[in-house]
Amino acid sequence: MLEARRALKDILAGAVIIALGLAFALGSLDYEVGDPLRMGPGYMPLALGVIVVGLGIGIVIKGFLAGEAEAIGEVDWRAIAFLIAALLFFGLTVRGLGVGLSLFGATLLASLARSRTPLIEMVLISVGLTVLSVVLFIFVLQLRVPLTGPWLPF
Amino acid sequence: MELFDNLGLGFETALRVENLFWCFVGVLLGTAVGVLPGIGPIATIALLLPITFTFEPVTAIIMLAGIYYGAQYGGSTTAILINLPGESSAAVTAIDGHEMARNGRAGPALATAAIGSFVAGCIATIVVALFAPPLAAVALTFGSAEYFSLVVLGLIASIALARGSAIKALAMIFLGLLFGTVGQDIYTGTPRFTFGVRELYSGVNFVSVAVGMFGVAEIIRNLESERTRELITQKITSLMPTREDFRRMWAPIARGTVLGSALGILPGAGHVLASFGAYTIEKRVSRNKKEIGHGAIEAVAGPESANNAAAQTSFIPLLTLGVPPHPTMALILGALIIHGIQPGPQIIDTQPALFWGLIVSMWVGNLFLVVLNLPLIGLWVRMLMIPYRMLFPAIIAFAAVGTFSIGQNQWHIFAIAFFGILGYVLIKLGFEPAPFLLGFVLGPLLEQHLRRALIISRGDPSIFIDRPVSAALLALAAAALVLAILPAIRQKREEVFVEDD
Repeated sequence: MLEARRALKDILAGAVIIALGLAFALGSLDYEVGDPLRMGPGYMPLALGVIVVGLGIGIVIKGFLAGEAEAIGEVDWRAIAFLIAALLFFGLTVRGLGVGLSLFGATLLASLARSRTPLIEMVLISVGLTVLSVVLFIFVLQLRVPLTGPWLPF
Repeated sequence: MELFDNLGLGFETALRVENLFWCFVGVLLGTAVGVLPGIGPIATIALLLPITFTFEPVTAIIMLAGIYYGAQYGGSTTAILINLPGESSAAVTAIDGHEMARNGRAGPALATAAIGSFVAGCIATIVVALFAPPLAAVALTFGSAEYFSLVVLGLIASIALARGSAIKALAMIFLGLLFGTVGQDIYTGTPRFTFGVRELYSGVNFVSVAVGMFGVAEIIRNLESERTRELITQKITSLMPTREDFRRMWAPIARGTVLGSALGILPGAGHVLASFGAYTIEKRVSRNKKEIGHGAIEAVAGPESANNAAAQTSFIPLLTLGVPPHPTMALILGALIIHGIQPGPQIIDTQPALFWGLIVSMWVGNLFLVVLNLPLIGLWVRMLMIPYRMLFPAIIAFAAVGTFSIGQNQWHIFAIAFFGILGYVLIKLGFEPAPFLLGFVLGPLLEQHLRRALIISRGDPSIFIDRPVSAALLALAAAALVLAILPAIRQKREEVFVEDD
């Protein structure tokens, strides 16, 4: 069993690659594949997907033959959850709330990704960053993004 | 002389007030992110791309280029002062540079890095001006078969020079190519893998991919292993190198410049390889080789010149062939396309002001950097003290607003989240994100030329070997692949990159 444990990282790596390649290859069957002269929209994704699956299998084999005993290490679920939540929050609310409030919420959520920051500091950082971004992006650089949105009463 | 007319046009363009201003902003920002560990030039350029959409194309490219070579500069500052290379190419500078700083000679070390980089940057700019036009003339004769083979060579060669497992890098390239197929098919208009989301018809936004994989994924990794940085607060008394220092630095600068200029053109991490190579050369040929490793000025001057020269000449493949040698150039390629300019050999003729303006701006930018870097050392040192708990929400805020401003499209934001997670998982499992980005950007180009070449040859794939230039390029790609896989060479590669991180 020692070999399998040593190769865990490579086997997982190969599995991820195989899954992604397979998803694209199967998906491309919905489109017309065609032949080399008249390639349909599905030709390239199918070919590339098959190659990716092949490489994924190669990585798994390499893992069994010469797996590096490297550990995957710890995963900081909190950081992942809050950073992704911050981006999703911004994407979902920016049209409704406008950049001002939406960005404040997003930066606050992002700050929460790091557990050791005191709460009051998180709020201050978020307020500061929101003001800074609004001034920089909307007033200085005049990017076309809405400051407020239709969800707000004013 | 035509060259002088061209350079005249370049000066006219680069010295326009707005171009000077944004060039200055670019190198300033570049130096800043070079100094700050945890955010690199790729993420920065991706973050700032949306801002440049309102600029004229030439101004946008001048600024983005400034960020890139400014970062090479900034990386050496932290390498010398706190033994923490902000950029992978500055890793060898840290060895002797930091030793010099500990001996109380931080000032001369910083000055040497700046002078070496400036001289190398100037000479490499001339190299670009001299060699780009003839190469473009050759590339103009290329048909689709040659282009396909060229892109294949570019992709394969980028893994031969990269670190880590070759098969994993190869998998990343192909995965990048796969994600590049998302969006409407160029020939039939059929939307592929768009799940009915109209916003995805134009493909996954490459800004989202870059920000996700190099920005967000990096933040997650940094939060996982947060270290407190210790700063040597040391009074920098005198910046001026002594006469003896000058006598010792000119030869390494010359050697580094030649090596860097040559390696910069190669695909992959040319500038990293260049600085390591220059260090090795100094160790072999320098008259003071015994001192190297213990604070020798040669070992600062050589690598710094090499990496800056390479940063400059890596514009050659982008500007003449339209094939970016590394991910940062891939982003600049993307910026050009967004501005409606198709990079390739025709760019010199169709956009002479952009081409020559960019070249001259690199020289101007290097001048700015010498002026900036030395007097502003205090500012850079203080920047290092910005706590990460403030920095990473700022990156998220910039990513969100900037990316949203591209067509006010919230799907670009969701894509950042997606590629952030994907990037993190892949990095965790031992993959490098750089080949993915390169494949992603080059994917549509590869497919277009493959299909066009096969239409021309009536579906006969032998067109790629029957045409001599195409065959030669593919042979080179095959050779590069063999080199990447051969274990003996891989071990050497690991040695070269062992301190790179």
